Amino acid sequence: MTRRVVVTGLGLVSPLGCGVDINWTRITNSESGIGAIQSFDVSDLPAKIAAQVPVGETSEGKFNADEWVPPKEQRRMDAFIIFALAATAQAVADSGWVPADEEARCRTGVLIGSGIGGLSEIARNALLAESGQVRRISPFFIPAALINLASGHVSIKYGFKGPNHSVVTACATGAHAIGDAARLIMWEDADVMVAGGAEAAVCRLGIAGFSAARALSTKFNATPEKASRPWDKDRDGFVMGEGAGVVVLEELEHAKKRGAKIYAELVGYGMSGDAHHITAPAESGDGAFRCMQAAFRRAAMNPEDIDYVNAHGTSTPLGDEIELATIKRIFGDAVRNISMSSTKSSIGHLLGAAGAAEAIYSILAMQTGLIPPTLNLDNPSEGCDIDLVPHVAKERTVRAVLSNSFGFGGTNASLIFKKFH
Amino acid sequence: MSDVAERVKKIIVEHLGVEEVKVVEAASFIEDLGADSLDTVELVMAFEEEFGIEIPDEAAEKILTVKDAVDYIKTAIG
Repeated sequence: MTRRVVVTGLGLVSPLGCGVDINWTRITNSESGIGAIQSFDVSDLPAKIAAQVPVGETSEGKFNADEWVPPKEQRRMDAFIIFALAATAQAVADSGWVPADEEARCRTGVLIGSGIGGLSEIARNALLAESGQVRRISPFFIPAALINLASGHVSIKYGFKGPNHSVVTACATGAHAIGDAARLIMWEDADVMVAGGAEAAVCRLGIAGFSAARALSTKFNATPEKASRPWDKDRDGFVMGEGAGVVVLEELEHAKKRGAKIYAELVGYGMSGDAHHITAPAESGDGAFRCMQAAFRRAAMNPEDIDYVNAHGTSTPLGDEIELATIKRIFGDAVRNISMSSTKSSIGHLLGAAGAAEAIYSILAMQTGLIPPTLNLDNPSEGCDIDLVPHVAKERTVRAVLSNSFGFGGTNASLIFKKFH
Repeated sequence: MSDVAERVKKIIVEHLGVEEVKVVEAASFIEDLGADSLDTVELVMAFEEEFGIEIPDEAAEKILTVKDAVDYIKTAIG
């Protein structure tokens, strides 16, 4: 018999704030987390805006690193790991899961990924190496930058001794991490998995690199909150974001036995590769189609069973329309009954954390019966004629959600969550 | 305590995040002050920067306590 996997804890650090509640309040209130970059010089960069995690007091819903990681420990890790630890602390506390003995600790694993890892640390230490200051390179540089060290730090902090793993699939990382972690539970490698994604690549090198790839929005530097506009005619690229999303996944009987609060069941997970181009999506949408199809097959569900789609929808000229056309193809007539939105219109593109943050928003949409909006959708592009929840959140009953994530390299992941009764 | 000792103590407090009262002469970085091997590498780097000296790895390996550090630095800066 297949072991069923449910979600029992949520944790989120995003450009809208630190904490699940503040995020949900702000995103359903049509607020934007995008602004002018203040933390470093952008004078020579084409994109001068980003969706950065607001730093400040926890009581105001902002992010205070000292609250999550002791200052001394912070020197050992890049910001993406600090974000991961903060989101994990929230998710673990929310789940109420505290392994009582060694056996339980060994049945609890961690699978947190990142798209890029410690880019700021790499940039900073590269400058030292190139300017003859090799002796000043910190012994903490490598462990601070390594992607799997998010999972490593979480396991060390909590004593979770089960599978310790990590995923790197660019912008599909968060979704792959959650899907793969669920499989580890299904295959009995673990009973509980802490899973998600973290990213902190908003730095000069990161903005310069994505700008060079012509991936970022550059036309809205003066009006940052208007820059991320999925499916709108004036969209011109994505907005870099940062943060972390982490969920606690648990085998159903394990969760029931301890009386855990169950947010949703993860019923579908699909993956595919485009085999097309390093950065551009395949125009046929073939990879995305097969990815969603695989998720439906795994879930033993049909498109008619889905009420909300949290789209990848990055606000790039090519990707948005290909995804929408593919959704129409896979949903057929049922496309008229779904609501689809892109929460990237509010929080930008969290890269390796995007799929995890969006899985959380999807689950909350199901929980609350409120669908977060697509901001700035003033003039939909031709063919973008389904319910894209423009501007304001929409109330509706949501039985199940589909969340898509597609990454550079032509990697695709789709997750389906279902209400748990 | 000498000026060197004060400066060494300040660096240790900053880098290891320990209380000042614990940083006594006989204190061992690893045994008493909670440092790991990576911390000690970084401490030595901080000493090098503060005092404008270079501490070779063979010498660094022998700097285990606060007193070891102070003595080495005093000799090195003359």
